[in-house]
Amino acid sequence: MQGSKAEPRWWSYLIAALAIYGIWHALSVLLNSIALPTPLTVLFAFIAGLKKDLISHLLISTFRIACGITLAFSLAVPVGLLCHERSVDKFVAPLIYMLYPIPHIVLLPVIILLFGIGDLSKIIMIEIIVFFQILVTTRDASRNISTNYFYPLLSMGARGREIYEHVIIPVCIPKILTAMRISVGTSIAVLFFVESFATTHGLGYLIMDAWSRANYPDLYAAIVMMALLGFGIYLMLDRIEKRVCRWVYI
Amino acid sequence: MIEARGITKIYPDGTRALENINFEVQNGESCAVIGPSGCGKTTLLLIFSGILEPTAGKVLIEGKDLTSPSQELALIFQDYGLFPWKTVYENVSLGLQLRGFGKRERTEIVSSLLKELGLQGFETNYPKQLSGGMQQRVAFARALALNPRILLMDEPLSSLDALTREHLQNLLLRLWKQKGMTMLLVTHSIEEAVFLGKKVIVLSPRPGRVIKTITNPYMGDVQYRTTEVFFEKCREVRQSLDGGAI
Repeated sequence: MQGSKAEPRWWSYLIAALAIYGIWHALSVLLNSIALPTPLTVLFAFIAGLKKDLISHLLISTFRIACGITLAFSLAVPVGLLCHERSVDKFVAPLIYMLYPIPHIVLLPVIILLFGIGDLSKIIMIEIIVFFQILVTTRDASRNISTNYFYPLLSMGARGREIYEHVIIPVCIPKILTAMRISVGTSIAVLFFVESFATTHGLGYLIMDAWSRANYPDLYAAIVMMALLGFGIYLMLDRIEKRVCRWVYI
Repeated sequence: MIEARGITKIYPDGTRALENINFEVQNGESCAVIGPSGCGKTTLLLIFSGILEPTAGKVLIEGKDLTSPSQELALIFQDYGLFPWKTVYENVSLGLQLRGFGKRERTEIVSSLLKELGLQGFETNYPKQLSGGMQQRVAFARALALNPRILLMDEPLSSLDALTREHLQNLLLRLWKQKGMTMLLVTHSIEEAVFLGKKVIVLSPRPGRVIKTITNPYMGDVQYRTTEVFFEKCREVRQSLDGGAI
């Protein structure tokens, strides 16, 4: 087991970045199409974008995604943890089984009708989708804790809240954080979708706008920014996991 | 005195784990319960600790019915006692924390115990970073932190290698003599039962019944292991176990 979770060094990130750059460059030379500019062209467009409004679009997108994920987390985790109690799970489990497999993105028209075309509907759309991903994982984790952890605690006279504090929550946290890392990808995809129409703010809008103007370097600059947003959130969650679940990584 | 009075346990799925178990352990006495695997030894211990309820019969402690985990009892498990997400210090002080001891008192009790069990300097380590023998010593420390009058142990040493095992058997013997606790040890090792039990109770295969109670008056010394009487007792226990299997 030891060493299996060794952290990648900074230079391994550098090598990966160089590899992506190289492959991208080779592809754009081979295809020789305006639809795939070289990474250097995109870099210039990116820097030019930074001087214009790329940052403000990034901030709006970050705000939407952060609200969506935070809301989903704070609703899904308590419900998932409480599913440890059979009496709660009895009601929640059938709801999950029926509602989870539905592609929630199709609810977008309904959400917009209910909450308007502003930030709220976008946040709620992200929230709904991520909510289920976190809830399903948290519930599975809290339902499958070895009884061996409970006996010593019970023999010391622990009750109710103490059982959550000392066993259920610590056991579930690594799984919740993994679910959150996985949901970053999903939430960025949803973000793009909800920002791609009826708005003039956000990276999704920027991508659609550049596309309609056939300005491909700008299009890629916005895509790169979206990728960096995902990468940033992912790294942040990774950092939190290493700190909160130190016992897993020793 | 702790007493088992006609304890029978049938699980909801129909498994008959224990059948009419009767015995008692005097204050300060040590008692080893031995039997083939699956004879309901662990079930018996969980009932004694107040975590499981028997289907029939009852546990009496000083003549009083045991209905929920008692403050006087501490429990030690085979290999799953410690919480991997807590450090050695946090594991040992947990029981004290649950019983509302203040921070200073906890630190005092825990550090003196860790010192006594040779775990000084490992306070901030996680269980995973320790050897099996050390982990089990942490589990002893956690149980002893509550200063129990009665110590219940479920095969506490069975996942350890032979040498570590003997060391910890000696440690247990020393602790028992020092602290004058009542000890109830469940084991499947004949030598361990004879080394640590002033009274050895032999259970039959499932459903567990008491086949025989063997008194073992000469235990209590580390050297006992090498004496003729010890081997004679082991033979007696082995014969009773074989008798139950046929």
